[in-house]
Amino acid sequence: MQLANIISSRMLKRRISRFLMHGLILTFLVYLLFPLIWMISTSFKPTAEIYSGIPTLIPKVFTVEHYLTVVEEERLLISILNSLYVGIITAMIVVIISLPAAYALTRYKTAVNKLVMGWILTSQIFPAILIMIPLFIILRSLHLTDSLSGLVLVYVVWDIPFVLWMLQGYVKEIPIELEEAAAIDGATQGQIIYKIIMPLLLPAVGAAVLFAFISAWNEFFFALVLLKSPDLTTLPVELARYTGIEGQARTGPLAAASFIATIPSIVLFAILRKWFSSGALQGAVKG
Amino acid sequence: MANPVTMTAPPRNRNLDQLQLLLPIMVPVLLISFIPLVRGIYIGFTDYELGGQINFSGLDNYRIMMQDRFFWRSMGVGFLWTAVVTALQIGLGMILALLLNQGLRWTSLYSVLMLVPWAMPPIVRGLMWRQIYSPDTGALNLILTQLGLIDNPINWLASFEWALPAIIVAGVWGEIPKAALFFLAGLKTIPGSLYEAAELDGASAIRKFRHITLPMMKPVIAAVVSLSFMWNFNAFGLIWILTQGGPGGLTRLPMLAAYEEAFRYGYVGYAAAIGNVMVIIISIFLFFYLRLQLKERTG
Repeated sequence: MQLANIISSRMLKRRISRFLMHGLILTFLVYLLFPLIWMISTSFKPTAEIYSGIPTLIPKVFTVEHYLTVVEEERLLISILNSLYVGIITAMIVVIISLPAAYALTRYKTAVNKLVMGWILTSQIFPAILIMIPLFIILRSLHLTDSLSGLVLVYVVWDIPFVLWMLQGYVKEIPIELEEAAAIDGATQGQIIYKIIMPLLLPAVGAAVLFAFISAWNEFFFALVLLKSPDLTTLPVELARYTGIEGQARTGPLAAASFIATIPSIVLFAILRKWFSSGALQGAVKG
Repeated sequence: MANPVTMTAPPRNRNLDQLQLLLPIMVPVLLISFIPLVRGIYIGFTDYELGGQINFSGLDNYRIMMQDRFFWRSMGVGFLWTAVVTALQIGLGMILALLLNQGLRWTSLYSVLMLVPWAMPPIVRGLMWRQIYSPDTGALNLILTQLGLIDNPINWLASFEWALPAIIVAGVWGEIPKAALFFLAGLKTIPGSLYEAAELDGASAIRKFRHITLPMMKPVIAAVVSLSFMWNFNAFGLIWILTQGGPGGLTRLPMLAAYEEAFRYGYVGYAAAIGNVMVIIISIFLFFYLRLQLKERTG
């Protein structure tokens, strides 16, 4: 009898604590998600409702007029295509050149390792302002300013540290015996990297591709300084211009355009869901 | 432990092999990152103005900086911002990670949703928060007015009292997911047997956190603190969109100060000098980071 009491009171305690924990997590999520929800809600409200002075989370009148405004303006569409192009090419190049490097860093223990890993770390501490002006001069002498290829080049270099760090954590986990067997069968190093390591690392490679894409899709500062032609602007720069000209009066269309800009990243993160929840970062964290 | 490479390739070629594999990243990194950086550091020791000649000026920039009231103010704001945002993001990120590590139902859904701020383009983060803080249509004013907490809408981002807290709330918001994600990954590497043993001894949740979780998480925490310090101290985009450094330079972080010196006033040399000072400050913290990492490796 007494034992049953103890057990049931313990169960009650556990239930209460579980309830509290869900409550706390939900509080976090309200903070983390509210701005996005508000933006989405604004994008579907008629202008009159936006300025009505009454906060409504779910629009009283539902309208897509702001989205039509956005689509009718060709420049936004062009900037989306530019961002897609830059993001995809960047992601592909980064992974193709980082994979052999990650392999070299894990499998060969030489002084070069320390140099490269040291650079990965130190490169993080320099503010972009130090690099911006000399970079502009170098790219201009290569005729790569005001060109999407130039921007891709900058993004590739910008993404290398993180992608490299991510991949080498995974290469470490691959048993060396696999490579030894392949080498005995006469496989070249290139074959080992792209035919044995890469397939095994497919989830990590996929994650690296998505990260590289998102960081290129999101980047603002370099695109702002390096691109001048209106036909070449990327989406973040176009969004900044969008507010610059008309300001507050365009709250609705701006919310719509911002939401469009956010969709690819959210979709990609949903795809990455498994990767995050499986704790795949562990390898990288262990270092 | 046998090294496989020595078994498959003659030792002489190893350095060459490695260089060959590293070359595709080394060339672009040298050209786009390393050389511009070295050049940028040098410009910090010149009197270079936009469109002018580059003349070496020694430590002149730094002498001017010593007397520059605006520089010191932006450093002060920078430290305050970095300390508060880093502390809040570490604390809140840890709490969130611990909650998500309890094996509760819907955890995997929660962990995806929490990443949303991180997934958003920084420019959109800024635009979104500007919308929330907007004096006439912003959610914050509308809700507070409805609740009867304020009578008149507050222009948060233009107010001397509220501008700094407002950008901090927005800054922490964007950084929590990253911290929580790394902490969660770290928590998963702690063997469950440690907790089981402690439970047998009747240890409370707080004791378990202090004596097992915290020591085991030390390297991860050190890494997140150092990285966050760098990122927060170098913050630019979000604040640029929210306040442009205003009101009256109250939110003018060092990076904004440098940007303005270079692109508004054309004092490129001086801007680069500010950048150099920022690097030195961050390097001091990096030193601690590396030392902690090293301790963990040997210990």
